[in-house]
Amino acid sequence: MGGKTLYEKLWDAHVVAELGAGTALIYIDRHLVHEVTSPQAFEGLRLAKRAPWRRGSNVAVPDHNVPTDHRAEGMAGVKDPISRAQLQALDKNCAEYKILKFDLVDRRQGIVHIIGPEQGLVLPGMTVVCGDSHTSTNGAFGTLAVGIGTSEVEHVLATECLVQQKSKNMRVTVTGRMGVGVTPKDVILAIIGKIGTAGGTGHAIEYAGDTIRGMSMEGRMTVCNMTIEVGARAGMVAVDDTTIEYVHGRPFAPTGALWDQAVTAWRDLHSDDDARFDREVTLEAASVQPQVTWGTTPGMVVPVGGRVPDPAEAKDAAHRKAMERALQYMDLQPGTKITDIRPDKVFFGSCTNSRIEDLRAAAAVIKGRHVAPGIKQAMVVPGSGLVKKQAEDEGLDRIFRDAGFEWRDAGCSMCLGMNPDHLSPGERCASTSNRNFEGRQGAGGRTHLVSPPMAVAAALAGHFVDVRSF
Amino acid sequence: MQAFTTVTGTAMPLDRVDVDTDAIIPKQYLKSIKRTGFGPFLFDSWRYLDPGDLTVDPATRRPNPDFVLNDARYQGASILLARDNFGCGSSREHAVWALAGYGFKAVIAPSYADIFFNNSFKNGFLPVVLRPEEVQVLFDAVKADSKQQITVDLPQQQVRVPGTPAGDLAFGFEVDPLRKARMVRGIDEIGETLTLGDAIHAYEARRREEAPWLFSR
Repeated sequence: MGGKTLYEKLWDAHVVAELGAGTALIYIDRHLVHEVTSPQAFEGLRLAKRAPWRRGSNVAVPDHNVPTDHRAEGMAGVKDPISRAQLQALDKNCAEYKILKFDLVDRRQGIVHIIGPEQGLVLPGMTVVCGDSHTSTNGAFGTLAVGIGTSEVEHVLATECLVQQKSKNMRVTVTGRMGVGVTPKDVILAIIGKIGTAGGTGHAIEYAGDTIRGMSMEGRMTVCNMTIEVGARAGMVAVDDTTIEYVHGRPFAPTGALWDQAVTAWRDLHSDDDARFDREVTLEAASVQPQVTWGTTPGMVVPVGGRVPDPAEAKDAAHRKAMERALQYMDLQPGTKITDIRPDKVFFGSCTNSRIEDLRAAAAVIKGRHVAPGIKQAMVVPGSGLVKKQAEDEGLDRIFRDAGFEWRDAGCSMCLGMNPDHLSPGERCASTSNRNFEGRQGAGGRTHLVSPPMAVAAALAGHFVDVRSF
Repeated sequence: MQAFTTVTGTAMPLDRVDVDTDAIIPKQYLKSIKRTGFGPFLFDSWRYLDPGDLTVDPATRRPNPDFVLNDARYQGASILLARDNFGCGSSREHAVWALAGYGFKAVIAPSYADIFFNNSFKNGFLPVVLRPEEVQVLFDAVKADSKQQITVDLPQQQVRVPGTPAGDLAFGFEVDPLRKARMVRGIDEIGETLTLGDAIHAYEARRREEAPWLFSR
């Protein structure tokens, strides 16, 4: 019997019952809830006259649909009546079932995958689920964290469990030192470019190697966040001192003797030396340059020094067609230098990149410069009220404001454009978010995914620019 | 859940790879707190030339004549033909609700994204995986004759295409036995899990001993 992968350890520790054919009933330790994918689940619970199995596992926050201004007004600041009704439904459901919720005006409010770790509600070794595909973010803590649909949200509420099929194991090993100006976002974009948008389907991915080990928890969260963009539901990183130091002292983290007991258990949350992976992928960090997506999937990505590729070079007819369609949608010509592409708007936020380190790294690029005249709007949306406050305590808000950026309140914002922040048809955006699908940031909008320093540099230059020489 | 055994009908060919759930049902419709009513907004930004949201009556909008959903030949189709990595991206189950709400009973593609695939089974909407060359045969048959009948038979795990120029065709497909059994019988999965309530309680009791910090909040 060989050793176990981290995924196998997490799986085995949460099996309530084997159901045959690689399927098991898996216990869920933490259920994160937001306003968009939960109302139908609560309604189902109500219609079936069921109650939450274990109230304390659930934590709710409004994030997807919230305006990023007029926050002090609370619900009155939500002008769209349909959005308001959805936010009020979350309030009502959490009140009825006595579920912990951070309100709009609570400083702890923020993007669900930012606040879970920030509050110590996500702890190593947990199973974590949320009705959101970017739940993989939380895997940075050595958790099994997966995105689920609304039927499964209801299932977790009612039973504290999920019927899950065991995934295959994939390991992505990144080695060596990242260059100056290269960020974890560039590393994950390069990984997606390498293995493709369905390369991880059916797998749980463990990110390993000294580059990952050397990343902060925030960097690891950025990497794990975009795991779903290669088709894998779960991405994870083994627990080490960096993990434990991050968790220590968080509001909901264990304390005293319980903390010591927990840390002892967490030390085992790594793959055994003789663990077997179904697939191994390696990447040298030194080869990674700042990345910019040119198309309509996150896998359509090139280094900033590159050019928009030619569909004639596609590997097969289906991909050629997809590339042609993407170029048409993005209004780009093959061979165009990436640095000649000029965004109309710049969005800095999302569960991928809106933490304090992202804000610091991006603010450092500004150096007294101003947003270029050709940029219609440049906005910074901190990931949580607490990130915003910390940034303000450090004076980062002044740096952004003085440079011409809008300084907003926390939420998902223009990452998916459910709230009033979105692109108009034809507008081009440099975005620190995670998806460049057609219409993702607004119908007809064109998204280029980049790191926070690259987004800010594009805002200042008026076109994409290599942040390493800017 | 609604049971699924077999469906026989015509099929609509959606000839694109990596169709994401944002394309299947755009964000503005996710503000609805209902499970129904998404059918008119399926593939919204490909299907209509003008923008829409929950406040706009779809009957007043301009259909895009170049999109297959508006092609007169494929009206009434109950099976969707798709390409690789169908349903990628966002976890929104609204994508399945929109496909089912429109009238599709099943989708046939070479591969799916995991969350979409999983969500489909919860709604009596069957995602069938066939080999790429088999999917190609179906695309060719349906493009040649939009009235081509196709049967998706879950109990037999078979897709049948009778009377093509190449004769009667049949392709077998794999499906997880547990999912199949639930779908064929239309079982409420939550109710079934709750029959394992004792096992869940026993697991919790053991975990409270082993890892008490997991239960402090």
